Amino acid sequence: MARAVTTRRKAINTVIAWIVGLMIFFPILWIFILSFHSEGDAIKRPFEVLTSQWTFESYATVQERSNYFRHFWNSVVISVGSTVLGLIIAVPSAWAMAFVPGKRTKDVLMWMLSTKMLPPVGVLLPIYLICQNLGLLDTRIALVFILMMINLPIIIWMLYTYFREIPGEILEAARMDGATLREEVIYVLLPMAVPGIASTLLLNIILAWNEAFWTLTLTAAKAAPLTAFIASYSSPEGLFYAKLSAASIMAIAPILIMGWFSQKQLVRGLTFGAVK
Amino acid sequence: MGRITLDKVTKAFGEVEVIPPLDLTIDDGEFVVFVGPSGCGKSTLLRLIAGLEDVTSGEIRIDKQPATHLPPAKRGLAMVFQSYALYPHMSVRKNIAFPMKMAGIPETEQNRKIEDAARVLNLTDYLDRRPGQLSGGQRQRVAIGRAIVREPAAFLFDEPLSNLDAALRVGMRLEISELHERLKTTMIYVTHDQVEAMTMADKIVVLQKGVIEQVGSPLELYNTPRNVFVAGFIGSPKMNMIEGAEAAKHDAHTIGIRPEHLAASKEAGEWKGTVTVSEHLGSDTYLHVTDTGLAETMTVRVGGEFGVRHGDTVYLTPDATKIHRFDANGLRIA
Repeated sequence: MARAVTTRRKAINTVIAWIVGLMIFFPILWIFILSFHSEGDAIKRPFEVLTSQWTFESYATVQERSNYFRHFWNSVVISVGSTVLGLIIAVPSAWAMAFVPGKRTKDVLMWMLSTKMLPPVGVLLPIYLICQNLGLLDTRIALVFILMMINLPIIIWMLYTYFREIPGEILEAARMDGATLREEVIYVLLPMAVPGIASTLLLNIILAWNEAFWTLTLTAAKAAPLTAFIASYSSPEGLFYAKLSAASIMAIAPILIMGWFSQKQLVRGLTFGAVK
Repeated sequence: MGRITLDKVTKAFGEVEVIPPLDLTIDDGEFVVFVGPSGCGKSTLLRLIAGLEDVTSGEIRIDKQPATHLPPAKRGLAMVFQSYALYPHMSVRKNIAFPMKMAGIPETEQNRKIEDAARVLNLTDYLDRRPGQLSGGQRQRVAIGRAIVREPAAFLFDEPLSNLDAALRVGMRLEISELHERLKTTMIYVTHDQVEAMTMADKIVVLQKGVIEQVGSPLELYNTPRNVFVAGFIGSPKMNMIEGAEAAKHDAHTIGIRPEHLAASKEAGEWKGTVTVSEHLGSDTYLHVTDTGLAETMTVRVGGEFGVRHGDTVYLTPDATKIHRFDANGLRIA
């Protein structure tokens, strides 16, 4: 029997949901509001902020003082580069673990996941020294590699889960039909896993875009992505709320817009296989 | 040409030997059915022939050529899977074209073969649909179409009808038999359904625990089962097995009588029993009879309608010429 939900109950639940939603969204909303005010107005009491003059001043100053587009481009190269490189490595790995599992496959998966539990600071020194010795400090290539390796366990796990949803018999049929391993992967496995691959791609671009620890510690100026751009507006001499907010909005806007347009794909990918 | 020979083939998964050394020859153009209860190794055997599993030892030859270590694609065999295993992201046309595309056949020839196969299988109107938009029977026909266009040395069917409903199953059974008549290509067909085996096969291979219990034509298996297992497995309803004094009268450890070889009467007969259930099929009546002192239940198949009810007394008389005799090891006594 369907559970009876009264109109009253429904209204209460809706109100609660809206309150929780607004609480989660509020910080971003507040940053958005602050970014459109002058530095002086931004530190006033909340109510006074809302009633004071709205201005594009902070955006103009931020754009004047730093090169937004260079940071933006660095972020694009690092996040897309690391994700694509990760996928190239993860597809064969996930294929092997999903379709020809060995005795230790589960252990390997767990071991990979365990690397995500290590605090990144724990390996900061060796990685920093390696980058220094190879002359890779403040280069995009170093960040592409490091973020790829950091997100690789997640990429492999996600692909592994999606691949497991694909019936092995279909791949066997391809094998009987004369497909080589490469053809089997390209013509059969990948097209069937498109929703899963797309959501893996999107999620990892977002993770890499937002990654702040390595991007801040391994870059200075040349390869600095948007995370470094935001950080440059929080200085010990005093916070510049308005400019910091403007920089934050500029940094998160692209990924927010991408996420908005791809949310259907993301949801479909994350629930892939739930409905046959 | 598709003559397939298995020579002392074995298969073990880790420590577990699922197929002890096994010899089998399948002649060109034969329709061979592997039948047995689930877990008897029939699907594994098919997959060994297909090359989807590696043999542990022994040799497989296809057309006298050693094929033991060939990859599936190189064996020239086509397989129809239980789940159909169609490519869901491709249209019916592309599904059927896939093996030809892999073989590098020119597109004009591909199209001609697709049209031919579609005509034979009544799929012409569905060529541009996706598998998800087809019924079970149509999907099965697409899977067969994909197998036909390769012109394989042999077709391998892995329980292809078990996902279809009963009515469709009978129809597809006929279609596959007709296909075999027309193509005259070797077909190996795996099923757990002895009715499919009896109706379709030229030759039935009965398997149990990876061991071949008997190989023969459907009627050979029906008339002269080599042992108790085959006797019980082939035929529906199952053969009645009787041990003890009654069997001793025939100089046997066990005697078997098929339900259709027992005559039932309400007045008189050799054995007396009580009806527990009578199943009225219209064309036949199946009586399940207890308290005969022979076996726990005796099943009797009477032609037409036989009016008895639960608790009624019934007399059974076996057809003396149709009694199967088995020794203590379960083997047939000639």
